[in-house]
Amino acid sequence: MTDYLWIIPAAPCAAAVLNGVFGKKIGKFTAAIAITAVAAAFLVALYVAATILGSPEEVRQPIADGAFYQWVVSGDFKVVAGYYIDPLSSIMLLVVTSVSLLVHIYSVGYMADDDGFWRFFTYLPLFTFAMLLLVLANNLLQLFLGWEGVGLCSYLLIGFWYNRKSATDAAMKAFIVNRVGDFGFMIGLILVWLTFGSITFSDVFAKAGTIGVGVLTMITLLLFVGACGKSAQIPLYTWLPDAMEGPTPVSALIHAATMVTAGVYMVARMYPLFIHTPITLGVVAWVGGITAIFAASIGLVQNDIKRILAYSTVSQLGYMFLALGVVVPMSGIFHLFTHAFFKGCLFLCAGAVIHSVEHAFHHGGKHDDPQDIRNMGGLRHYMPWTAWTFLAACLAISGIFPLAGFWSKDEILGGAFDHGQFALYAIGLVTAMMTAFYMFREYFLVFEGQPRFETEHVHPHESPWWMVGPLVVLAFLSVVIGAAVGAPPSKFHEFLSPAFVLSLGQPEPEAFNAQTVALMGVSLLIAIIGIWIAWMMYVRRAWSAEALAARFPRLYDLLLHKWYVDELYDSVFVQPALGFARFLWAFDGYVIDGIVNGIGYLTRGIGRGLRTSETGVVGNYALGIAAGLVAILGSFLLKGLVTG
Amino acid sequence: MGVPLNYALALSAVLFVTGLAGVILRRNILIIFMSIELMLNATNLQLIAFSRYFGNVNGQIFVFFVLVVAAAEAAIGLAIIVSLVRHYKDSLMGDDFNLLKG
Repeated sequence: MTDYLWIIPAAPCAAAVLNGVFGKKIGKFTAAIAITAVAAAFLVALYVAATILGSPEEVRQPIADGAFYQWVVSGDFKVVAGYYIDPLSSIMLLVVTSVSLLVHIYSVGYMADDDGFWRFFTYLPLFTFAMLLLVLANNLLQLFLGWEGVGLCSYLLIGFWYNRKSATDAAMKAFIVNRVGDFGFMIGLILVWLTFGSITFSDVFAKAGTIGVGVLTMITLLLFVGACGKSAQIPLYTWLPDAMEGPTPVSALIHAATMVTAGVYMVARMYPLFIHTPITLGVVAWVGGITAIFAASIGLVQNDIKRILAYSTVSQLGYMFLALGVVVPMSGIFHLFTHAFFKGCLFLCAGAVIHSVEHAFHHGGKHDDPQDIRNMGGLRHYMPWTAWTFLAACLAISGIFPLAGFWSKDEILGGAFDHGQFALYAIGLVTAMMTAFYMFREYFLVFEGQPRFETEHVHPHESPWWMVGPLVVLAFLSVVIGAAVGAPPSKFHEFLSPAFVLSLGQPEPEAFNAQTVALMGVSLLIAIIGIWIAWMMYVRRAWSAEALAARFPRLYDLLLHKWYVDELYDSVFVQPALGFARFLWAFDGYVIDGIVNGIGYLTRGIGRGLRTSETGVVGNYALGIAAGLVAILGSFLLKGLVTG
Repeated sequence: MGVPLNYALALSAVLFVTGLAGVILRRNILIIFMSIELMLNATNLQLIAFSRYFGNVNGQIFVFFVLVVAAAEAAIGLAIIVSLVRHYKDSLMGDDFNLLKG
């Protein structure tokens, strides 16, 4: 197996380099190169998963831990870049390569008319490469390299349409907010090295039990700060909704399925450290829980088709951290796994809708916002495939039996309940209801009811097969994957559990009893209530959303403006930082430049003063010489007089 | 014993100061030039006076050197003055040649 591992990062890397260098000449052919490369990586990832599945459980942790090459040697500090293959990284490899492959195929249709086609197909494999590097890493520094690599690609792709100011602003915001998290990560990394004398996972895990809880708490909290940045958790989540400025396939791949789950993956990867620190676990759980409900509440009232999904992503990532925090990490990873498919599907559907509506508005001579769901409606009749796949993914994320989201979300809620975290369980339940509501609000407003655009002039069309194909695959996975691998007794846990033997010990047989069924029933009921409310408000129109908003104007305003967090950050961090920058600018302009210019002026002034002595009149020079002569002789004379 | 040393020195000083005053005060280049010659000869006179006073001929030999140098200087100096007046400015006044004025 290890003989082929190098293909996983190398193929997308080669594609990125090829497309980057020759892309302008070969144009659309870049897509073929990128898709082939990612498909190759996907096949190897499948092979890796199959190998793990075929090997006895004892050798799965980890099944391969080796080196590609000696990377850094500096005194005691040695880093050997390599791979660490266990069920956890294997699952991540599968998620990343499969979603990446589908998004690549989808993008052929989505980006077909874009001038930046080849540029897009350079960044996408580059991103895939960085993400795979991150997942494969056998040490923290390599993980960090991939971590920064995906951050860079995220920046490049959010700002892909660089002549739009909002896009470049959003790209900058994503980059800067992530810097805050990465700073924590970096200090954590250094602390790991100082504490353990190594940053290789196997060394660190082996010594995890021998280190004081205080230091471990510090390390894990710092690492979690990094995870908060990358995975968009409170207080560093604000960049993700803005990141929707990028092309929609990017939102699906990077800002829903893969990159934003890197934080979850990192915490799960470092779980042997986290398990020793109850304080950090509590922080993780509560940050996750609060983020989940907070983001969901904002999602309730947004009107941008992609922003709703973005807040939903933040909220679902919160679920994953909640799971990690209440010590059911495998459920968190399971949710990551299912979420990648249904959220990827939702985003790609949204992309198809935007693409189609934008064209239709354009041809119909309309200038309405093609992303505002208030301008849509009834699209089911125009785009049946998109509508069906969107509905399937909506049901999945809402947690309807037996779709994927039901199993994973229920596991997390059940885990919280089992570990006695009833407050978090309650938060999770409310969030689940909100999720069902806002997802179906979006579905009803976009696809059901009467069109809210002029049907004589505006004719949306179904997307080309390049785009519908990936939608169908993802929708199919959203429907069946949960029941296929997650239904108790969970095959997913059986596969994954060796990865957590170090932290959780040998897995116990999972209890499946009346309580489990009851909790499942409650989750299902909550989801159905959420959908029912959306149905009453947006299809039956029995309850008026406007009246509700008018009744609680303060609350509505607060939610519509995203709790004013952006404004808060702007006044607390951005404006003071800008003010400080302006102060430094002035300091540089007046003090530093003043000193430099002052020296120049001084020299010039001295010169100006001295040059008056150069009269050009010979007599004056002669007088100077004579005066000098007199002075010298005079001094001799005086000396003679004094000494006698 | 002839003229006392002090007389010769006094004359030399008078000549030297006269020359110096000429160099400093006059504006005509030729006059300045002649004043310089005057200063050189004042020095020569002093050298000879000391030579005689100390009974040492070195001083007299030195005067010949000074005369030679003065002759060379006169030749070159006059040539410069002539070409300066011809090619640069039709003037003999030192004030008119102020290229070095700051």
